[in-house]
Amino acid sequence: MALEIKNEAGENVATAAASAAGDALDIQIRKRFARGGFELNVACRVPYGISILFGASGAGKTTLLDCIAGLTAPDSGRIAIGPRIMFEPGRGVAVQERRIGYVFQDLALFPHLTVEQNVDYGLARVDASERRRRRDAMLESFRVGHLRSRKPDEISGGERQRVALARALVTEPCLLLLDEPLAALDAMTKSKIVADLRSWNRDHRIPILYVTHSREEVFALGERVLVLEAGRIIAEGTPHEVMTAPWQETVAQLAGFENIFDATVSAAHPDRGTMTCRLSGSVELETPLVRAEVGSALRVGIRAGDILLATIRPEGLSARNVLPGRMLSLAQRDVMIVARVDCGVEMEVHLTLAARDALHLQPGREVWLVVKTYSCHLMSC
Amino acid sequence: MYYRFLSRRRLGGCSANILASSEGETPSRQPARRRRYKKPLMDWQAFWLTIRLAVMVAAILEVLGLPLAYWIAYSRWRWKFLAEAVVALPIVLPPTVLGFYVLVALGSRSPLGRWWQAMTGHTLAFTFEGLVIGSILYSLPFAVQPFAASFAAVDRRLLAASATLGAAKLRTFFRVIVPLSAPGLVTGVALSFAHTMGEFGVVLMVGGNIPGVTRTVSIDIYDQTQALNFAAANQTALVLLAISLAVLAMVYGLNRRVWMLWPWK
Repeated sequence: MALEIKNEAGENVATAAASAAGDALDIQIRKRFARGGFELNVACRVPYGISILFGASGAGKTTLLDCIAGLTAPDSGRIAIGPRIMFEPGRGVAVQERRIGYVFQDLALFPHLTVEQNVDYGLARVDASERRRRRDAMLESFRVGHLRSRKPDEISGGERQRVALARALVTEPCLLLLDEPLAALDAMTKSKIVADLRSWNRDHRIPILYVTHSREEVFALGERVLVLEAGRIIAEGTPHEVMTAPWQETVAQLAGFENIFDATVSAAHPDRGTMTCRLSGSVELETPLVRAEVGSALRVGIRAGDILLATIRPEGLSARNVLPGRMLSLAQRDVMIVARVDCGVEMEVHLTLAARDALHLQPGREVWLVVKTYSCHLMSC
Repeated sequence: MYYRFLSRRRLGGCSANILASSEGETPSRQPARRRRYKKPLMDWQAFWLTIRLAVMVAAILEVLGLPLAYWIAYSRWRWKFLAEAVVALPIVLPPTVLGFYVLVALGSRSPLGRWWQAMTGHTLAFTFEGLVIGSILYSLPFAVQPFAASFAAVDRRLLAASATLGAAKLRTFFRVIVPLSAPGLVTGVALSFAHTMGEFGVVLMVGGNIPGVTRTVSIDIYDQTQALNFAAANQTALVLLAISLAVLAMVYGLNRRVWMLWPWK
C-alpha cells in the first residue's frame, strides 16, 4: 500500500514536470483534400476528461486525429495543448516530440515484441530502473501484468486493447487520442477498460479524445460529445444536450430516428409552447416550439419506438397528435415487429410480438397512430 | 574465344588431342587421359577468391542497399519510378553491356578511374576492387528489391505508432522495420551472395582472367571446359551448384520458419 502511494506521487511529479495537468487541447485547423473535394475545417476546445468525437464513416474523424498527432499536416490553423503549440503554419512539432498518446483503431501493437517490450517502447529515454518501475505500475493498473512475456497474437482482443492503452499512457502523454479502440469488444469488457482509463485520468487530468461511430458508446462513455459531419464540428455539449436537441441529420441518425420528414411551419402557438408543422401531404403535427418563421422548412424526426398504435380511435389522451392510417406491412426483426403505416405519410412503428397478437394486426387494417408533442424532434434542413 | 570453343567442339576428340598436345600435353592417348585424371580437379584459389568476392559484395550491398531500399519503399518523389527502373536494369541488361560501361567508368580516362589511380597508383580495371564494384552494380537489384518489398510490406500504422511513442526515424527503422522485414533482408543478402558467386559476363569484362586476382569459379569452369578438362569443369560446376542450392534452400527454409513464428505476416 505504502509503495503504491509512493508510485502515484512519483508519477504525479513526473507529469507536472512534463506539462501542467488539466491543459486543454485547442484546435483550429483546415485541411483540403484534392480527391473528392473533402475539406476538414475544425475549431474546438477539448478540456481534460473524456470527450467523444462522434461521426459517421468518412466524416473525417481519423484525419482529424492524424492532424492532432502530427501524422498529417493541416493546410493552415493552429493546434495547441495548453501553452505548448504543436502546429502553426510553417512550423510544426515533429510527431515524436509531441507527447501525444495515440491508440489506433487496429491498435498497431508491435507483433515482434512482447507485451512488456511493447510497453517499454515509448520509454527509451528513461533510465532502466525508472523504466521498469513505470512499466510495471502501468501493466498492473491495466491488469495485464501476467501477460508480460507474451506476444500480441497470443493474447485476447480485450487484453490487446489494455496493452495498447498501457503502451500509450506509460509515456505520460499530455493528450490521449483513441480511434475506436474498443469497437470490437463486448459491453462488459469495454466498461471495465473505460473504468480503468477513468481512474488513471483522475491522477493525470489530460484531455482524452475518443472517436466512435457507435451511439451506445456516446451515451456510455462521454462527459462531452463533439459531432463531426463532413469535416466540420456541427454540435457539441453533453451527450444529453446534443442528443435531445438534434438539429442536424447526423445527430438525428445518432439519436436513432427511423422517421424523418420534411415539414413546413404552418402556425406557431407561443402561448402553448408548441407549433403546428405540415408534413408533405396533408398531415399536421403539433411539435415543440422552436425559433422558426411560419412557412420555413424544417425536418421532423420521430423514433419508431415513441409512436403508439391503436385499433380504435383513442380518446382522453394527453398526446396531441392522433393520426388515422392504414397498416401497410408487418415484419419481424428479432423479437420486435416493424410495422409500416400509411397515414398520409409513411411511418415506421416498432411493436412487441405480444402487441401484434393482442391487437390482431395485419396489413390493410385501419389503425390510429399517437405521437406526443415532445416525441417530435425538429431539425434544420 | 567463342569461335575457338566452337571449332574445338567441331573438331571432335581426336583433333582435340592434337590441339591439346600443342598446349604441352603428350600426344599418346593413354598417358594423356591418365594425366588428365591426376590433375588437381578443383581450382581452390579461384574458389576462395569467389567466396571472398561474394561475401564482400553481399556485405557492402547490405550496407548500401538498406538506405536505398528504404528510400524506394517510402519516398513520395514523383520520379521515383525512374530510379527504380535504373536499380532493376542489371536484371535485364546483358552482363557484357553492364561490364563494358563499368570498364569504361573504371578506366584511366574516367574521373573515378583517375582518382583511384591517383590514390593507389594503379587502375581499377582488371583488379579485385574493380571486380567488387562491377559485382555490386550487377547484384544490386537482387539485394534492393527484396529489401524494398519487405519494407513496403510493414504496416504503416506500426511506423506511426512508433513515432507517437517518441521514436525518431532511425530508431523506428532498427526497432520496427528491420525486425519485421527480416525474411526480406535474409533473402536479399543470400540472393546477392549467390548471384555474385555465379556471375560470369561482368567478371570477364571487368576483371579479365587473372589467377588469384580476378579468376572466379565460373570463369574457371569455362576455361576447364575449353581445355576439354570436363572432369574438373564438372567438379567445379557441381560445387557451385551445391552452394547455390544450399543458399536458396536456406533462404526459403529460413523464411518459412520466420513465417511460422509470425503467422500474421
